[in-house]
Amino acid sequence: MSALPVLPALAVDLAAWFPRHDPQLPPDSVYTFALASSIKLLVVFTLYMLGVALLTLAERKVSAWIQDRRGPNRAGPFGLLQPVADGIKNLMKEEVRPGNADKWMFIIAPMLAFIPAMLVWAVLPLATPLPTPWGLIDMAVATLPIGYLFMLAVSSLGVYGMVLAGWSSNNKYSLLGSLRSSAQMVSYEIALGMSTIPVLLLAGNVSLHAIIDQQAHMGWNVFSLSVAWFIFLVAAFAETNRLPFDLPEAEAELVAGYHTEYSGMKFSMFFIAEYANMATMSGLMAALFFGGWDIPFTDWDNTGPYTVFKTVATLAMFAAKTGAFLFLFMWVRWTLPRFRYDQLMTLGWGIMLPLALGYILVIATATLALDWMGVPRDWRFSVSLLGLNVVLTGLLLAWGDRGKLVSPASARLDARELARRRARSTVAPSTAMGAPTARTLATAAAGAHDVTEEIH
Amino acid sequence: MTPFYRFQFYLFALMAIGAAVLFVTRRSPVAAALWLVNVMFALSGLYVMLDAPFVAAVQVLVYAGAIMVVFIFVVMLLNLGRPGQLPDLRAAAPRLAAGVVGVAILANLLAVRRNTFPSVELAPPTDNVVTPVAESLFTEYLLAFELTSVVLLVAVIGAVVLAKRKATA
Repeated sequence: MSALPVLPALAVDLAAWFPRHDPQLPPDSVYTFALASSIKLLVVFTLYMLGVALLTLAERKVSAWIQDRRGPNRAGPFGLLQPVADGIKNLMKEEVRPGNADKWMFIIAPMLAFIPAMLVWAVLPLATPLPTPWGLIDMAVATLPIGYLFMLAVSSLGVYGMVLAGWSSNNKYSLLGSLRSSAQMVSYEIALGMSTIPVLLLAGNVSLHAIIDQQAHMGWNVFSLSVAWFIFLVAAFAETNRLPFDLPEAEAELVAGYHTEYSGMKFSMFFIAEYANMATMSGLMAALFFGGWDIPFTDWDNTGPYTVFKTVATLAMFAAKTGAFLFLFMWVRWTLPRFRYDQLMTLGWGIMLPLALGYILVIATATLALDWMGVPRDWRFSVSLLGLNVVLTGLLLAWGDRGKLVSPASARLDARELARRRARSTVAPSTAMGAPTARTLATAAAGAHDVTEEIH
Repeated sequence: MTPFYRFQFYLFALMAIGAAVLFVTRRSPVAAALWLVNVMFALSGLYVMLDAPFVAAVQVLVYAGAIMVVFIFVVMLLNLGRPGQLPDLRAAAPRLAAGVVGVAILANLLAVRRNTFPSVELAPPTDNVVTPVAESLFTEYLLAFELTSVVLLVAVIGAVVLAKRKATA
């Protein structure tokens, strides 16, 4: 009987804390904001973990499909419960810690590999704002004015997990894998960052909301900045350590690379981190180059008044774009062989970086020229840029297909070119042999006397 | 200062001080480097509280990201032995020098604290956090900006020259 007087009091309190508000305007109550943020946090985290778990299944299904097999189909309908079975198996397994491993770093390394990938999803705008009786709720966990910079800063931390894993394991294969991964990720991070500068030039802002708005009005960046997208795509494969750039864990050379010594749930965290990184890169590509949640050929989705249906439709659009890129990641993995280490470095520093820098110059000049000619910032602007990009992409493909710098291992070099390269290279002719990784790694890490001695 | 703000300030400040103390007391250079990353994160939290999200992001991006990755790279190449067998890198003279510099900085801070700061007009709130920084960087401080970039270029060229030098063996 004491419950009755309490309930109305609570109801009054709640109404004061979470006042009703115009559904088309952001809520002005701090409590509404805090509650909405907490709910968004929970929902995004749950969906993300679920999605990443299902991605491990999707990878096996896609590989089976590409190799004309059935793939996992025993646990649950269509094998849908396979991630659950994998998870239980990994939890039950014995955790082995090498005797001479650095205990704390060995433990925190898998966490450091996983968490940065997850953090990026805190700033990605997932859909148009959701109207509720308590105000308009923005569909990003945190609406940061520095969304893009946050994403760049956080995702650059992903390399720590791999480096620490390799270092703390006290194992030469782990160390070699982590050295490779640090060199690879640092190299391609530069190309990745540089390739997004044209996007920022067009948007004139570093907030992801502004970048998506600009694409909704001017057309997707993939058309107006095709070359930048191409660079970003290649760098994204390198950043996620996926084939053709999975050198940090090249099983033919390094056992399993940086996670050789890991077992049980700790190994599982590295495994999940790879898919988490893939999901993050796919989401970023969708947001930066494919208009984020924008539905093409209509203004219906990016003009008010906002409805729940618009939120659902744009969310589905964003999910479709992200899913398409995830499929691309898997498709490429089961299609292409691995690059050699010297090819990887030549591609990163010799081609991607100069290309990205040159492209920034071209786009900055073109933007300035178009503004000076008075071309309005709408579809006319994008079409002019598209014309420029068609020309540039054609030139790039023609130049890239000469079969010289990034030629596959099977491509023949003519005798003169081979002699030129031998003369240029201070180390043994790595291009002529099939197993140059140890030597090229040693040149990359010129101070690592212990490593080189061990190999020679 | 609202209680919430004060709580956040002390949280990040204590985090920064604690991590900094751990940074200078660790034996293993790698552990020290990790604590330094922690300091950078705490500082970036303080920048966000000062309404400077751009500086906060750049803090993490430049220090925690780029410099620390390179730092760990160097540390790992210098340090391929077993962690237990390493001599302490911190000899007596550098310790003494660091202590003197620390005391000097502390004295400087205490001296500064006696003065009152001139009040600065706050910039109006804006959605675009880059424009104000860019405007002052490329107009008022253009010379300093260009000079800094030349200094960095010198460092880059120096690194390339050192890396290109042929091994004498």
